[in-house]
Amino acid sequence: MGFQPFKTFLFGFAFSPSLRANVFEVIRLASFFKATLLLIHVGEKNSSKEQQFEALINGCPEKPASIEVHWRSGEPVATILKACDEFNVDLLLLGALKRENMVKFYLGSIARKLTRKAPCSVLLMLKPSEERRPCKHIVVNGFDSLQTRETLEASFYVSLSLGTEKITIVEEISESLVAITVDDDRSLRKATIKKERINRVEKNRVHDIVRSFSSEQIGNVSWGTQSIFGRRGYSIGHYARVVRADLLIMNAQEESSFFGRFFPKDLEHILAELPTDVLIVKTNSNG
Amino acid sequence: MGRRADVISFLSSLPKNIFSGFVVSLIALPLGLGLAMASEAPPLSGIIAAVAGGVVVSIFGGSYVTITGPGNGLVIVLLGAITVLGEGDIYTGYLYTLAAIIFSGVLLFLFGLFRLGFMSEFFPASALQGMLAAIGIGILAKQFHVMLGILTVKGDTLDQLFSIPDSFLTFLAIHPFSGLLGFFGFVFLFLYNRIRNPYFHLIPAPMWVVMGSISVGYYYTLVLGLPIPIDPELLIKIPERLFLIFPKPLFDKIWEWDFIGVVISITLIASIESLLSIKAVDKLDPKKRRSNVNKDLRALGIASVVSGFLGGLNVVTVIARSSVNVNNGGSNRSSNFFHAMFLVLFVVVLGDQIQRIPLTVLAAILVFTGYRLASPDNLIRIYKIGPEQALIYVVTLMTTLLTNLITGIGVGVLFTFIIHLLLSKSVLLFSLNIFKPNVLMYLEEQSGNYYVSVKNFCSFLNFFRLKKKLDQIPESQHAIVDFSLCEFVDHTVMEGIFDYQRAFERKNGMFEIIGLDIHSAETQHPFSVRKSLPIPALIGFKNSLTYRQKNLADFAHQIGWSYSPDLLSAPKILSSFLFFETKISNYSLNTLVHPKQTFQLFDLSFSEGAFIAKEDLKATFLLFDSPKSLPVFVLDKEDFKTTMYQWAGFGDINFINQPDFSRRFHLSGNNENEIRKVFTPELIYFFESHPIFHIESNGERLMIKGKDRLSGLHEIKIMLTFAQDLCALIEKG
Repeated sequence: MGFQPFKTFLFGFAFSPSLRANVFEVIRLASFFKATLLLIHVGEKNSSKEQQFEALINGCPEKPASIEVHWRSGEPVATILKACDEFNVDLLLLGALKRENMVKFYLGSIARKLTRKAPCSVLLMLKPSEERRPCKHIVVNGFDSLQTRETLEASFYVSLSLGTEKITIVEEISESLVAITVDDDRSLRKATIKKERINRVEKNRVHDIVRSFSSEQIGNVSWGTQSIFGRRGYSIGHYARVVRADLLIMNAQEESSFFGRFFPKDLEHILAELPTDVLIVKTNSNG
Repeated sequence: MGRRADVISFLSSLPKNIFSGFVVSLIALPLGLGLAMASEAPPLSGIIAAVAGGVVVSIFGGSYVTITGPGNGLVIVLLGAITVLGEGDIYTGYLYTLAAIIFSGVLLFLFGLFRLGFMSEFFPASALQGMLAAIGIGILAKQFHVMLGILTVKGDTLDQLFSIPDSFLTFLAIHPFSGLLGFFGFVFLFLYNRIRNPYFHLIPAPMWVVMGSISVGYYYTLVLGLPIPIDPELLIKIPERLFLIFPKPLFDKIWEWDFIGVVISITLIASIESLLSIKAVDKLDPKKRRSNVNKDLRALGIASVVSGFLGGLNVVTVIARSSVNVNNGGSNRSSNFFHAMFLVLFVVVLGDQIQRIPLTVLAAILVFTGYRLASPDNLIRIYKIGPEQALIYVVTLMTTLLTNLITGIGVGVLFTFIIHLLLSKSVLLFSLNIFKPNVLMYLEEQSGNYYVSVKNFCSFLNFFRLKKKLDQIPESQHAIVDFSLCEFVDHTVMEGIFDYQRAFERKNGMFEIIGLDIHSAETQHPFSVRKSLPIPALIGFKNSLTYRQKNLADFAHQIGWSYSPDLLSAPKILSSFLFFETKISNYSLNTLVHPKQTFQLFDLSFSEGAFIAKEDLKATFLLFDSPKSLPVFVLDKEDFKTTMYQWAGFGDINFINQPDFSRRFHLSGNNENEIRKVFTPELIYFFESHPIFHIESNGERLMIKGKDRLSGLHEIKIMLTFAQDLCALIEKG
């Protein structure tokens, strides 16, 4: 079945000081992906607001495939979720907030609920701006799961659309897999050897997946892998910050176990402390 | 085959380990008796602990060169336990305490089993130092009176401390002879380290004191025919039928709060003391092995249980004795075992002599031990790291003195945390992140380096997370620790990181710390700024050159070399010389460098031992590139000590045709044939006809060490010409 390109974007807007930056950013994104952009305002509609918004959109240099503006009323989370289903949205765009006095970003309560419940992929934007900030480096989650293949496809698709130079596929490996506690030199040696072995296996797995992609799919982006032994979901976020990635791509689900139906725990670490823009890919195979 | 090789190498190192076990037992005997006495337990209980520890831990332990036995830190806890549980009757208190020791042994074993060794990381470094100082003061305050022969002083630590002047004025009227013995013993212990004579240092200071006092006793009985002028209550008493009746621990109180408190205190202090010691001793291990801390804890637990049932105190890893062990060639756990065996031998064979040891002399040893724990130098050192650290130290010290150990360390931890809050001015930073993982470690696939990034904050509260990651990196690799995402790093972490840096250097790995410089500029970080300098204690040196420094500068100018008085971190190459295998080099200063960089002369501060047994030494060294490659060798003066080493299996290469050289020099190295080729008659004549230095080759370079102190200008000149002539001779030959 494979990964389906993003055709329809949805952004729920509100009249806030950052509206201009937000709108410019989402329009730019939609035009890169040649997608339809739905802009939805939840709340009362009046003509002055409408005109103001019209002017804002027209002032934006980039043009996506098409822009639709909808004015809805009701409870924000439910309304936007309904719109996602109604318009068959592929990607929901959300803005993050900056914690006061700290260089950290977090999600507001509405955005957090939407992230959890959205039926489609979600992009969390940290610093929307009027000027374009090129997306140079994508870090993507490549741990062993059913969704990984599609997540990787999505990453290469995104990188082609945004003109990204580099993709790093991070395999987060749970330390419990090593199953050797380092106590002294001997156990350290054993653990190091075992890690190397796991590393190799993981690397081969990821390489096999990527090698099965067509050359059009990969384009001329340079890609590499990095395995990290550590807490799943946590390590990749920290890693994305360390390498100053511009976009972090995660899959939405845990393995298709019973627990996968709950909100995946891995993401919590990332949502609590957004390292950079985050794209959460919801794939069809387990949608 | 590997196993067979192991057995052979074990057997071949046995003589050395027996020797070092013997030297250690010389120090363990007086300390064991003294520590037991200070805890108001029967004197032999300390020896029993050492024997149980030596036997059990050498079999089940996970460390390599540590020595186990009764610990200094526990004296105060055990003393308190015996007094409280005995409710006036010391001996019953002792029996109850034995039960507590057994329980704490079980707890310690469980700690090791569940790998809770990391728990000791939750104590901030300065608070721990404060607590140890309080223990030191506790020992000192009580034993000072005993040292002067006064057994009547009662009350808490502060009362005892304040009545020291009193005792000092009156002791001559009570037991003048024993009091003076104690006092002079104490003075001797203080001066012992000033005298750096190798013959003299062969026997540890406490043993000198004990032997001295015994011989004074014999002088009276045998030569003068008088009774020993020491009151019988000031002599050690050993029960008659030694190995037949062991005291029976009393388990009646195990459900009482007092008892539980005692068990907790003993376990806490025992694990802290042991873990600190194991960590410190690992730094001295010539084979650079990493101890299995949890396995060692388990062994200590078993040893404490055994010791408790036999009437002994509890068993911990002890730093001072371990350092002695390393410095005398101990290389595996068998030395711990032999130290125990020698102790048994002493008690069986020398029982009568032991009963002639005056308590005052043992007390002198303890006062000295207490002083080293509480030494004002520690406070000064900590103050230089940061005034707030000194405050933490003092607060913990005072609270511990006024209340008890558990409350003391608790207050210390709390106070440290409050200080951190004040310094970082952010409660959120801690409250939001304390339970979150904050360390990322990965092997960079392109470079093959280990990269470690720490974010948010890193203090004693979550240092264990960073440690856990760092422990997974082999020390021979290149590690980069990045603090740029971390807003707050405390002193405990900086100190811990510094230890890792040393461990990596020892195993020829690289350990880089990055991200702190920007950081300090941003937040005026107090710990990181200071820690980046090698040793802050000697700042101020720079401003005004001493007379010697001026002379050195003139001399350098005269011969066209460059001179720098600055403190530098010690040249890394030093660790490849055998001399530094059991020593830690701290920093170098007053560096003279040949214009072609081939010769380098400097003063070096280095230390033997670690922690409280740490001794900082300074000497002048000369390093130069050998004009051609040489075998690894060590050449030193042949003396009593090297002769002893020879018996213990340290080989000496002798030349039949050069009897004078062979008699006066001790030459050793692995590749005997190569060495014999290098030592031509001409070279040997050169050595014979020049002053004797300690000379080592590491293959490419030669190191010449001057006296056991800083060399004067004249001596430096002699060293230089010696080295230059030697260099020329090697090139020719």
